[in-house]
Amino acid sequence: MREKILELLERDSRVSTAEAAILLGEPEEAVQKEIRAMEEEGVICGYHALINWEKVAEEKVIALIEVRVTPQRDMGFDNIAERIYQYEEVKSVYLMSGAYDFTVIVEGKTMKNVAQFVSSKLATIDGVLSTATHFIMKQYKEDGTVMAPREKDERIPVTL
Amino acid sequence: MRDPLSKRVTSLQPSGIRKFFDVVSEMPDAISLGVGEPDFPTPWPVREAGIYSLERAHTHYTSNSGLAALREEIARYLERRVLVSYDPKNEIMVTVGGSEAIDLALRCMIDPGDEILIPQPSYVSYEPCTVLAGGVPVILSLREEDEFRLTGCQVEEAVTERTKALVLPFPNNPTGSVLTREDLEDIARVVIEKDLFVISDEIYAELTYGDREHVSIASLPGMRERTVLINGFSKAYAMTGWRMGYAAAPAWLLKEMLKIHQYAIMCAPTTSQYAGVEALKNGDNEIAKMRRAYDQRRRYCLHELRGMGLPCFEPLGAFYLFPKISQLGLTSEEFATRLLKEEKVAVVPGTAFGACGEGFLRISYAYSLDNLKEALGRVRRFVERLQREGA
Repeated sequence: MREKILELLERDSRVSTAEAAILLGEPEEAVQKEIRAMEEEGVICGYHALINWEKVAEEKVIALIEVRVTPQRDMGFDNIAERIYQYEEVKSVYLMSGAYDFTVIVEGKTMKNVAQFVSSKLATIDGVLSTATHFIMKQYKEDGTVMAPREKDERIPVTL
Repeated sequence: MRDPLSKRVTSLQPSGIRKFFDVVSEMPDAISLGVGEPDFPTPWPVREAGIYSLERAHTHYTSNSGLAALREEIARYLERRVLVSYDPKNEIMVTVGGSEAIDLALRCMIDPGDEILIPQPSYVSYEPCTVLAGGVPVILSLREEDEFRLTGCQVEEAVTERTKALVLPFPNNPTGSVLTREDLEDIARVVIEKDLFVISDEIYAELTYGDREHVSIASLPGMRERTVLINGFSKAYAMTGWRMGYAAAPAWLLKEMLKIHQYAIMCAPTTSQYAGVEALKNGDNEIAKMRRAYDQRRRYCLHELRGMGLPCFEPLGAFYLFPKISQLGLTSEEFATRLLKEEKVAVVPGTAFGACGEGFLRISYAYSLDNLKEALGRVRRFVERLQREGA
């Protein structure tokens, strides 16, 4: 049942437990219990809205930063990752295979903002060898959702 | 001037609810629950395969029976999902939608006056195609108390010495009814005993829910040689516009269907056939994803309809519900017409699928949940108004 609930919530986190129970054909109490358990276990970590900030007047800049580091004895990469993700400007951090170590997604009000954060905070962390900053110019698809107006239903309204 | 028109054609009844459909199409702001096709677009890899075939200039005829690669994939699919083996060389043909295959099967079996057993409510083409081929449709009325499943007994009672074939439209449009293996064994017994043939329209085979897996009558002992199995890509792969179906049947029978197809159609669209190969090769996951979405909507709609006091048996196939409305004191068509006028929601009266659909509506759940919520909210308002009027 867990996977079914998660699939549903991943698509629409606002679905109520009552409705989830109907959609999945499970008793409401059971669904509620599973969701609570998964929240406590950290399986479900949050419920967020997906926003197209381009449509909002407020300026916003997102950058993807490649970070190369020297892993530390005993701590590996985790210690450096923690020092990076503590900053609230940092939206996501991933450890990567390949040519560099971390992908860090940083959000700021302006490009200058972000550049300043990278040079003064990120690049100066102990163990960080180098950074390469890529600014995101346009979001086409986010978390499986295409950031475009919904297409109209062009089916013939009644077909047998 | 002489009237050039064939009596056979002019005497065909146009669908009785044509007027209703015309009204719907003139109301652009109406919400519809009336479509008979998936809301999903064709999965991208399948569309991409079609585009790629155009880029490679695969723009010629294919063989009459379809691309060899496609027939091989169909054979593999039937082996995998239906558990019946067909020789892709001479037992499978690709048609322009399942509907062409229905027409071909009827035409290649009917001599003038032959009777064809057609269970109703069901899709609208079996009856006119039978008439056009010179046959006599014999209607078997499915009953709500049987959950609109056909019984061997009903077939037995309708058989005469002119009976040639039985059309088996399950999983069923419009009721969503799915036959069990026991139902099919019961029917197969009669078919064999009475020496009949079956035209099994399995276009909704991939869309069954709960534990009720679709069973093809062709997979029962002694039935493969008596069955034309019809399926296609429209419903399972959301490919209605590509016009792609197929028929599988014993070689001696398929050969005759292929003759008609060869003269009337030539071959199914080449681009669509290339897309079809991709669908069959890699589409199982996509089908499963869509099936899960339909299943959730099905539960939601059933809950809503029952919640507003409309009796509705639980359909286990296709993407339709078939609630009963006769207790509200309106005919199916009156209900649909008033619902459209008063709440701007379009549903299809059960009578569109045969006279025995009177008292029922077909509600399609091939819509997003948001759309279904809004539409069923309006239906609820309407039903509650009728209930108050009646009280």
